[in-house]
Amino acid sequence: MKLTKTLLATSALTVAAGAAFAESHMASEMTLVSWGGAYQNSQQKAYSEPYMEMHPDVSIVWDESSNEAVAKLRAMNEAGNVTWDLVDVTAGDAIRLCDEGLAMEYDPEELLAAAPDGTSAEDDFGDLLVSDCFIPQIVYSTTFGYRTDMVPEGVEPPNDICDVFDLETYPGKRSLEKRPINTMEWALLCDGVAKDDIYDVLETDEGQDQALAKLDTIKDQVIWWSAGADTPQLLADGEIFMGSTYNGRLFSVIEEQDQPVAMMWDAQVYDLDGWIIPAGLPEERLARVKDFLKFATDTQRLADQAKYISYGPARASSAPLVGQHAELGIDMAPHMPTDPANSENTFLQNYSWWADYRDDIDAKFQAWLAQ
Amino acid sequence: MSNASEAPTPDDGLKLTDSENTGPVLAADGTPLKRSLGRALRRQKLRALMLIAPLLIFVLLTFIAPIADMLFRSVENQIVSETLPRTVVALDDWDSTTGDLPSEAVYEAAYYDIFIAAERKLHTRLGSRLNYELTGASSLFRKSGRGLDDLGEVYQDQFEDLNEAWEDGETWALLMGSGDWQDKAYAWEKSSGDLAPKLELREGIEELLPKTAAAYSSFANFVRVDDGDNPATEDPWSLVYTAFWQDLTGGANVASYSGPEAELLMEAANAASGFESTTFAEGFADIDKDWASTPIWQTIKTYSPKYTSGYFLNSVDMQKTPDGPELRDANERIYGILFKRTMFMSMVITISCIMLGYPVAWILANLPARTANLLMILVLLPFWTSLLVRTSAWKVMLQQQGVINDVLVWLGLVGDGDRLVMINNQFGTIVAMTHILLPFMILPLYSVMQTIPPSYLRAAKSLGATNWTAFWRVYFPQSVPGIGAGSILVFILSIGYYITPEIVGGTTGTFISNRIAYHISSSLNWGLAAALGTILLAVVMILYWAYDKIVGIDNVKLG
Repeated sequence: MKLTKTLLATSALTVAAGAAFAESHMASEMTLVSWGGAYQNSQQKAYSEPYMEMHPDVSIVWDESSNEAVAKLRAMNEAGNVTWDLVDVTAGDAIRLCDEGLAMEYDPEELLAAAPDGTSAEDDFGDLLVSDCFIPQIVYSTTFGYRTDMVPEGVEPPNDICDVFDLETYPGKRSLEKRPINTMEWALLCDGVAKDDIYDVLETDEGQDQALAKLDTIKDQVIWWSAGADTPQLLADGEIFMGSTYNGRLFSVIEEQDQPVAMMWDAQVYDLDGWIIPAGLPEERLARVKDFLKFATDTQRLADQAKYISYGPARASSAPLVGQHAELGIDMAPHMPTDPANSENTFLQNYSWWADYRDDIDAKFQAWLAQ
Repeated sequence: MSNASEAPTPDDGLKLTDSENTGPVLAADGTPLKRSLGRALRRQKLRALMLIAPLLIFVLLTFIAPIADMLFRSVENQIVSETLPRTVVALDDWDSTTGDLPSEAVYEAAYYDIFIAAERKLHTRLGSRLNYELTGASSLFRKSGRGLDDLGEVYQDQFEDLNEAWEDGETWALLMGSGDWQDKAYAWEKSSGDLAPKLELREGIEELLPKTAAAYSSFANFVRVDDGDNPATEDPWSLVYTAFWQDLTGGANVASYSGPEAELLMEAANAASGFESTTFAEGFADIDKDWASTPIWQTIKTYSPKYTSGYFLNSVDMQKTPDGPELRDANERIYGILFKRTMFMSMVITISCIMLGYPVAWILANLPARTANLLMILVLLPFWTSLLVRTSAWKVMLQQQGVINDVLVWLGLVGDGDRLVMINNQFGTIVAMTHILLPFMILPLYSVMQTIPPSYLRAAKSLGATNWTAFWRVYFPQSVPGIGAGSILVFILSIGYYITPEIVGGTTGTFISNRIAYHISSSLNWGLAAALGTILLAVVMILYWAYDKIVGIDNVKLG
């Protein structure tokens, strides 16, 4: 008798819970993966905190694993237990994950909100939808910063990418990223190759040798970085005269830490960062992720993010809404890589080209570094 | 007494042996003593095994198995033959060294393979795999997934223009499937949660239209399993139309067919020969000219076996070519340099740890216990600090605007203009790693030295030995086991070190483990990473073996 009662009660509870579950069709927990630091903070402020206000029953867990996201996602996938719901990666990684079948392909029209003026999401994001799996958030750039107090007297401050290779006028150490992407392009550009021909030249063995030969001229003056925080640190310590890093990092050195550093926007290379949805999510979790994504990638939310970090929103319709920094109160527009004054000479990283040549050129580049 | 002799007693066995010398010794219960003893021993062993079982299983599951799995990837290469099964077979007959392109049959096989792989979204994965061997394979496969659809649509459009019925998935179901299967398929509902019924081909259709039947089966299986839909109501892939056209123009005896849609089939058969068509080879060449050159086919053929030595060749700066393994170009050789550098620097770090650690351990061992304990904390303190913090601290110390350079400039020993470069090179790595690994040398040395009685030294001296002789002939030999243990620890730890070289190593101070990390987390070339790791493991084992031969592992003491 007692047992029957308990059984009845339990099954009634299960049914009730099931009904509540079916009603929302969505998981109440979500694990988002991002880069940590100021960038993740901007996402929390602009996306997840307002979302949680609207959905108080949802809890969001942040995992700072974007740096190893590709490898970890592959390992999770092989183990058959993907615990992440949404992963922030660069466009290059997104393409790789998409190729490996680790990221879900999606339909922008269905998943993403249209712009307030009715422009479809596909047109609003435009060319930035570089992969079928990639949901862009921000445009950032890899560009140079230099110490203003180390500019030799009577010389113009550096304002040309080729000043990086000019050791006579601008003596001092430089920092460059310890990988071929961007570095090879800059070297060729300063070795007299026209911007439009760079990838054609870089495809050939001679072109690769040419780029490395150009880099040879400054090799003993270069400190090679592998983490985005390295160059800002080296600049702040006065270890280097100029160095490349992500523009948001330089913004924080210049505006937040007030160091004698200035930007050199010339030949900045645009790159994209955004979300991917891991392949094979269960239905309830996927439903929650879709709901969150529609909110977090709409025009206002992307513009809001720029209040906290100097990365440009990926939607065209967000640009006019970019306002002031939330704490410093300065206008953010002039600090955006996409600002007209900063973007006179720019590159967009050629993802599909690098997807092909990355393994080959990286081997040569690392061999060159090691010699 | 008679009663006593019936009941078994412990010495029964002895008595028995006494009485019948020939028989086996028996235990008290009459079983042979040998077996009885064996059983007791086995039980004991089993109990012991059960006691260590949790640990054993834990180690097996969390340590040995993952490592074995990872190492296995260094030879594993199923992806090519699994993704392109027909192509791999077709390529068997092709001689890759002549420079001729493969035959039309290979292109046909590749069409079917890549089309199906693209539907299952596996073609880009294969592209990434082959891109490690042939630059450009990645985008070639990505492009081809889309391009091959266009190739089949040529036929699809023409069949559909001929008769609208061909647009309809149900026409195909009627033609290809058995009546029994259709009944079941139409009765199936998606909401039931089960998969749709498995396709049963119409009797005789496989002989009549073999390629179509095979293509339609692949399609039906994909719709049923991967999409969870009903193949009877889905419109087929363009691949099925291509196969259909091939069958019809390949001399199918359509007149012999008498099932449903016979008229439709007859009409298609009559029209098919007049269709616009291309060869598969041309179709592939249209997608990308790389398909019309030999390298991609050579690569597929070279990497078609299920297991490959390619990753291992790669990790010793060689590559597989149609003519056998060859050394890579000089400007691509890197792993040899890195292996040598890793060995050399680990050795230098071990030696500097001995040089610095030996006196410290000696002082610790010879001080009164109270003072020694206090100093021991100083040795252990950095041990308890985060590795990253210690490495970053060295950055602050060693960099050009760092503490050491500032002090040297302030003392006037070094001019402000030519500050010393002590970081982002081998020197920085050696200094930082020696500091980090020093406790691993001091601790075993200390515990061995503590067991050396000080009276030995005094005895040596009282017998007339000088300080040096007493140390070198009496003390040092007794401390060798400590040096051995410390050296093994430090060397093996430093050979696989990754974080410190990455931060302070620059370009000349990085280790092989930095490349392994790159291939694991960035390039996703896990096979190559596994091969490099296997070689590293083998080197450590060989060194360990050599050490055992020369010094003897019994002489190693950790305490």
